[in-house]
Amino acid sequence: MHELTTTRHNHLIDPVLHVWGWEIPVYLFLGGMVAGMMIISGYFLFKGKTKNTDCSCFLAPLISIVLLSLGMFALFLDLEHKLYVWRLYTTFEITSPMSWGAWILLLVYPALIANIIIRFPDKLSDRFPKLKELSNKFAGKYFLIKNIGIINMMLGAMLGMYTGVLLSTLAARPLWNTSILWLLFLTSGLSGAAAFIHMIAKDVEERELLAKADNGFLTIEIFVIALMLIGLLTSTEVHKDAATLLISGSFAPVFWVFVVGLGIIIPLFIQLLAVNHKIKHTPLAPVFVILGGLILRFVIVQAGQVSHYINAHF
Amino acid sequence: MSRFGMAIDTVRCVGCMDCVVACKTENKVPEGFNRDWITEEAFGNFPNIQLEIRTERCNHCEEAPCVDCCPTGASHYHDTGGVVLVNHNECIGCKACVASCPYDARFIHPDGYADKCTFCIHRVEKGEDPACVSVCPTHCMTFGDLDDPNSKISKLVKSRKWHVLKPEAGTKPHIYYLT
Repeated sequence: MHELTTTRHNHLIDPVLHVWGWEIPVYLFLGGMVAGMMIISGYFLFKGKTKNTDCSCFLAPLISIVLLSLGMFALFLDLEHKLYVWRLYTTFEITSPMSWGAWILLLVYPALIANIIIRFPDKLSDRFPKLKELSNKFAGKYFLIKNIGIINMMLGAMLGMYTGVLLSTLAARPLWNTSILWLLFLTSGLSGAAAFIHMIAKDVEERELLAKADNGFLTIEIFVIALMLIGLLTSTEVHKDAATLLISGSFAPVFWVFVVGLGIIIPLFIQLLAVNHKIKHTPLAPVFVILGGLILRFVIVQAGQVSHYINAHF
Repeated sequence: MSRFGMAIDTVRCVGCMDCVVACKTENKVPEGFNRDWITEEAFGNFPNIQLEIRTERCNHCEEAPCVDCCPTGASHYHDTGGVVLVNHNECIGCKACVASCPYDARFIHPDGYADKCTFCIHRVEKGEDPACVSVCPTHCMTFGDLDDPNSKISKLVKSRKWHVLKPEAGTKPHIYYLT
C-alpha cells in the first residue's frame, strides 16, 4: 500500500489545482488568433498586397484589435486583485513570461493601429472622412508599409510564442513543462487565423492561398502534437503521467475527438479536397479549425493543472 | 547573510494539528484555508509498514518558481533570511505563483492576493519563533539560520538523516524532514 492523506483543503487548490477556469484558455486562444492574424496581414503588407483594395490585411487588424481586447478583458476577469492590475506596468520582471506578455501587448496595440490606418474599410472611411485623410498620408509609402508589415509579423510571432511560454515555464505542472508548447500554440494560432481570414476574405486568390497555408499549418500542428507527446513520454515519470492524461486518461476523448479529429484531421481533409478543386470551399473546415484551437487551449490548461509532481516521499 | 529554514522531526510529530491552529490564530488565516497542514504517508505491506507524519507549509525555496514567475515583483525574497513573501498591495491575483508551486503551498486569500506561510516573519524579526514552532507539544519543529553553523537547526541537519519534499523539482526547499 501507499497512502497519502492530508488535512489541507484549500479552495481552488485541493483535491487538484483548478485556479484557472475559462478565462485563461479563452485569452490564450484569442491571443493566438490575433498573433496569427498579425503575421498573415503583416506578410500581405510586406508582399505589397495593399494595391488590392480587397486585401484582407485591411480588415484583419480591425478584427484583431477587437478580439485582443476581448481576450484581455477575459484575462482581467481572471485576476483576483483587479484594482492592482496597473502594477504590471510599474516593473519589468525578466524571469516572468507574464511580465513579458504585458509589455508585448502594449506594443501590439500601436502596431495593429498602424496597420489599420493604412486603409480603413470603406464603410468606416465613408462615414468618417477624416479617417480617409489619415490613410492618404500612407498612400504610396510602400517602404513604410513594408516596415509596418515586418513589425506586425515580429510582434505577432512574439505574442503567439509568449502564450505558450507562459505555461511552459510553470515547471510544477509537467504537462506544460515542455519546450515545444510555444510552437504548438503558435502553429495553432496561425491555423486558426488562416481559417478565420479564409472565411472573411473577399479575394478568391487570397482565399485559395489561405486554405493552402492553413493545410500547411495544420500538418505542422499534427507533427508538433506528436513530438510533444513523444517528448513527454520519453521523459520522467511525472511527464509520462501528464502525457497519459491526453493519450488515454480523462482528457483523451476530448483531445482525440475534438482537438485532433474534428479540429485538425477532418478540416485538413476537407481543405485538401477544396484546394485540389474536388469540392467547393466550405466554411465548415475553418469553423472546425477555430473551434479545435479553442478546445486545444481548454484541454491544455485544464489537463496541465491536473498534472503534478508525485506528492509521496517514500 | 542569514538563510532561515526549518527542521521537522517526523519521528516526533504526532499530527496533533496544534501548529495548524496556532498559524490560523496568529495570522488570521481565513476560514477554509490553511497556510500549514498535516500529511500522513503510509507505505509498505502489513506488517512492514512505514508511517511518516509531517507538518507541511511553504518550503521557502532558495530557487522559488513563485518568485521567478511573478509579473509584478510582489513575490520576493525578504532581506532577512531569504524568506519568500508576497507584497499584498503589489499582487494582482494572476495565480501564476499558485500554479508554479510544486508543493501547492499557496492559495488566493478572499481579499484577492496570493497568500501562504511567512515563517511568521513579524515574530522572527522580534526574535521569536514562528507560531507553529512555539506551540508544538512534541518540540518536533526547529526554526533557525541554516547559514550559522552553530545554530540548532544547522547541527540537526548535519547530525540527522533528512529528506526534503520533491527535490526533483529543483527548488532547493528550506524545510528539512528529519527521519
